[in-house]
Amino acid sequence: MNDDLILLGHGSGGKLSHQLLDELIIPNLSGVPAAGQNDAALLNIGGVKLAFTTDSYVVDPIFFPGGNIGDLAVNGTVNDLAMMGARPLCLSVGFILEEGFLKSELARIVTSMREAADAAGVAIVTGDTKVVPRGKGDRIFINTSGIGALEHNLAINGAAACVGDKVIVNGCIGDHGIAVLSAREGLEIDSGIKSDSAPLNGLVAELLPLGEALHVLRDPTRGGVATTLKEIALQSGVTVKLSEESLPINPGVRGVCSILGLDPLYVANEGKLLALVAPERAEEALAIMRRHPLGKDAAVIGEVTEASAGRVVMETAVGGVRGVEMLAGEQLPRIC
Amino acid sequence: MNYLDSFRDKELVQGLARRIAELVRGREKPLVFMEVCGTHTMAIYQYGLRSLLPPEVKLISGPGCPVCVTPNGYLDRAIALSRLPDVIITTFGDMLRVPGSTSSLMVERAKGADIRVVYSPLDAVRIAAANPAKRVVFLGVGFETTAPTVAGSILAAKAQGLSNYFVLASHKTMPQPMAILSADPDLSVDGYICPAHVSAIIGADAYRFLCTEYQVPCVVTGFEPTDVMQGVEMLARQALQGESRVEIQYSRVVSREGNAKAQGVLAEVFTPFDAPWRGIGVLPGSGLRIADAYSEFDAELAIPVQVEELKEHQGCLCGEILKGKVAPGDCPLFGGKCTPESPVGACMVSSEGTCAAAFKYGR
Repeated sequence: MNDDLILLGHGSGGKLSHQLLDELIIPNLSGVPAAGQNDAALLNIGGVKLAFTTDSYVVDPIFFPGGNIGDLAVNGTVNDLAMMGARPLCLSVGFILEEGFLKSELARIVTSMREAADAAGVAIVTGDTKVVPRGKGDRIFINTSGIGALEHNLAINGAAACVGDKVIVNGCIGDHGIAVLSAREGLEIDSGIKSDSAPLNGLVAELLPLGEALHVLRDPTRGGVATTLKEIALQSGVTVKLSEESLPINPGVRGVCSILGLDPLYVANEGKLLALVAPERAEEALAIMRRHPLGKDAAVIGEVTEASAGRVVMETAVGGVRGVEMLAGEQLPRIC
Repeated sequence: MNYLDSFRDKELVQGLARRIAELVRGREKPLVFMEVCGTHTMAIYQYGLRSLLPPEVKLISGPGCPVCVTPNGYLDRAIALSRLPDVIITTFGDMLRVPGSTSSLMVERAKGADIRVVYSPLDAVRIAAANPAKRVVFLGVGFETTAPTVAGSILAAKAQGLSNYFVLASHKTMPQPMAILSADPDLSVDGYICPAHVSAIIGADAYRFLCTEYQVPCVVTGFEPTDVMQGVEMLARQALQGESRVEIQYSRVVSREGNAKAQGVLAEVFTPFDAPWRGIGVLPGSGLRIADAYSEFDAELAIPVQVEELKEHQGCLCGEILKGKVAPGDCPLFGGKCTPESPVGACMVSSEGTCAAAFKYGR
């Protein structure tokens, strides 16, 4: 019934997004199989190894507790480079502005972008601005692309998970999605939750000395931890077993999710990473994270239990076991 | 430990599981308990509670997801309304993906219809007040839990003198389908896990006739894992002792009489009628339509619209699944033609649908 139309769910980062990529975009554009997809492309240009990535930001509202669309656009692209183990070097930025957008708001956004770039140690070196007629855009859309230097020979990617690996997250999950949702017009929830939007390249730099024990790095943005782990399980052909008890979740996030019938495992993050690390170095990885300001609440949340056809299962907090699938479309609040 | 954590305590849950296992040990025919509330279905899957129960206890899901039991014709009318140029459809999120005969609200939104997800019917009233040149229709779907707030929105719109707020009502009430299921010779239910929020409104005594007429044990149960497990234990004890009475496990919220104020609002704004249930058919007195005194707010009467011809989805077993007669995996469409991102039947649509829960958590 909806074969011909792009739906909002196609942008959710979940299964519909994957279908769109696998069935329409990739076959017609690059032919690079989905199994080889990661947060950034790896390039070898004249012997120099680079990571290259791009992302667009269409968040609503554009200002939310803990950040705005500008720092999000910088941190998101910095993080996509960092998840390949690359050192982010420089970014481009493209603005699509709607006629009537306030210059004062653009100034706030641009200032946050510069501050975020400074914090991440990257330069914004090129850009573009377009203005569309009123009603043809939604105030502001931002695209950022980034280039990073790959200064090691490690193969950190989604297909590298091995049986025995521990799954580590650097802190509480779901903060960004719930902060944005709480700030949305019409939803009068004062959750006190701030977005976790942050550059993760510093934390990744601390983890890189783990060397070949560091198998996968991935930031669980749209689709949340569940969708990201399912992607990794499929790419690597393994079963990941999560422990619900060990998932770090802020009480405010838990509360809002409970009220709206949302599952924190599927809520977006913007300053979190999942690291899959060989078991013998997992404690060390956890200690490294916990010493870092962006990893003080880091926790081992699961492990790779067997080679299989890409399953994620979870031992629930009360000792039951259930499957974990990708986000199917948009996460929609339940009816009662 | 906070208040909620104590209801999710692992030791308590596993202790209850051991007690249930001891109670039913050696029983040849499993005890079959039905939960009739979608939120219970979700809780059972989400916490993996089935995996903690012994094989002598089987939990099956009934017709308790309000989205799932909403018939195609209702969706078709909502879709037709959404195509009118001066109409804003306001709805809870679950309804967006539900397929009608040939379309869904999500598809209509992608085609340009003004369809807005709200979190409360009062938000829809606010949208009506802010858009006097538009007609704002709220999709009133749900059981006795949500119906009072929808009734309240009509009273609020009336108090504000709004003439552009309407409700397309398809509310259902719970005890009647349980009576139908109890009388079904093909279905052998040994006890009901009665809904929590619905019971907070209608009171536990509303199920008493099920015990007297059909001799089925009933336990009104909360949504936390300890609640559900304790509810199962209470049902097992009744069933094994050959008793059938209404017990309240969820006594921190539910009383025998229910919420008189909410019942009063319901009686004021709605009238019972013979409602169609998707996959089940028309059940006498099982729905709530807008009372004549408030007909100016009834979208069905106030906004005439051409509705497309009804088409039922071939091969979909939603009806049998809603009656607890087949499991999601038994449906030939499950996981193939019917998935959460492309649902054929309503059970796969709502986050509380049996098939959606089985697809998401059960595989």
